[in-house]
Amino acid sequence: MAKLRFHIRFPEEKIPEPIIYQIGHEYQVITSIRRADVRETTGWLDVEFCGETEEIERSIEGLREKGVSVDPIELNVVEHEQTHPCTMEFSEEQIQRYSRHIILPDVGGKGQKKIQQAKVLVIGAGGLGSPAALYLGAAGVGTLGLIDGDVVDLSNLQRQVLHTTPNVGVPKVESGQQLLAALNPDVHVQTYQEHISESNILDIIPEYDLILDGSDNFGTRFLVNDACFFAKRTLISGSIFRFEGQLATIKPHEGFPCYRCLYPEPPPAGLVPNCQEAGVLGVLAGTIGVLQANEAIKEILGLGESLAQHLLLYDALEMKFRRVGRPKDPRCPLCSAQPTITTLEEHHVSCSL
Amino acid sequence: MIKVRIPTPLRPMTGGKGEIEITGNSVGDMIEQLNTSHPGLKDRLCDEHGEVRRFINIYVNEEDIRFLTGKDTPLKEGDEVSIIPAIAGGA
Repeated sequence: MAKLRFHIRFPEEKIPEPIIYQIGHEYQVITSIRRADVRETTGWLDVEFCGETEEIERSIEGLREKGVSVDPIELNVVEHEQTHPCTMEFSEEQIQRYSRHIILPDVGGKGQKKIQQAKVLVIGAGGLGSPAALYLGAAGVGTLGLIDGDVVDLSNLQRQVLHTTPNVGVPKVESGQQLLAALNPDVHVQTYQEHISESNILDIIPEYDLILDGSDNFGTRFLVNDACFFAKRTLISGSIFRFEGQLATIKPHEGFPCYRCLYPEPPPAGLVPNCQEAGVLGVLAGTIGVLQANEAIKEILGLGESLAQHLLLYDALEMKFRRVGRPKDPRCPLCSAQPTITTLEEHHVSCSL
Repeated sequence: MIKVRIPTPLRPMTGGKGEIEITGNSVGDMIEQLNTSHPGLKDRLCDEHGEVRRFINIYVNEEDIRFLTGKDTPLKEGDEVSIIPAIAGGA
């Protein structure tokens, strides 16, 4: 099996997408197609072909016959890789569906494959979970877990875009599964029609690579943090209140701070107003939920800078994003060298300051 | 002047103001001053021992005072202080 790189240039300035699909189809596999930065204006593409050398040569000839210019680069580079990128097979439909990712520098076919292999658990199919699950589903995340014990209520539809009016009264996970299946049949949606609790959480989260917390109370947030710490899973925590949102990526198992390093304890019950009384801007749920999906995709692809050491603060009225430092607490009750919390504990507290 | 950002949940106590200017040498001073101009604010920020509550963080510029010198953290002209409570909404 050979891996050969070519510069190819199409007859017109604009790169015709059908040819991209065709490459994927005819030559079985593309490991990456990306616009070479300097050549972008002239329509050059830097393409890797995988397959038997003769087969690739035939393919190149076929392209040339269609008026495509093909220049070999590093023609002598023939690699035999252990984890064979040549076995990545996308259907023609998948190549079309994910073409905007596949042509994107830093994602490509390899990145899309990582997304396809990823397993992400979304806790709460509500305000944050809805937009996050929709974008993760659209991106082609292979397995999406949805856990929520509630049914769709009319008052949810102002922001919970995973649900529709005809589904009022239907369990949220079922409603979510329907919409995700319609959006992208590639995605396997695993549903859990129950509230997450100390009795089920450690059975569920080890099945996933990444956990998104879109829950609506402090008790669950501390429980999820603690369980992710014990199960060594990366947690992307988003929360919203009225016009403000907070976001952080939590991975103490990689030496970064946990949620308790940021807020050691939940507020005591009774000190805080009820979530339902406080209200929330519907669009804010979308903003923060989509940012959670963004950070999830970055974790899957290993791209960019994460919020592992920062807390992102968003104010929808001032339209300001700010990042504050989030150091590891050497006295953290959970993730420090001398922890005082060594098992899961259930917290029953309400939801805001 | 030092700018103090007041989070939404506490704005009912500041007449809706999201930003208050103070003068003061430390975070502790700041809390006392805020309490003088807006009585009751200290009780919301601090527990019965006078310590900042564990679900509220105070940042001087971008640093959490728990990792500086707590309420003794010095303030100087031009500093920006943010009071950031934990929030849990998501549904």
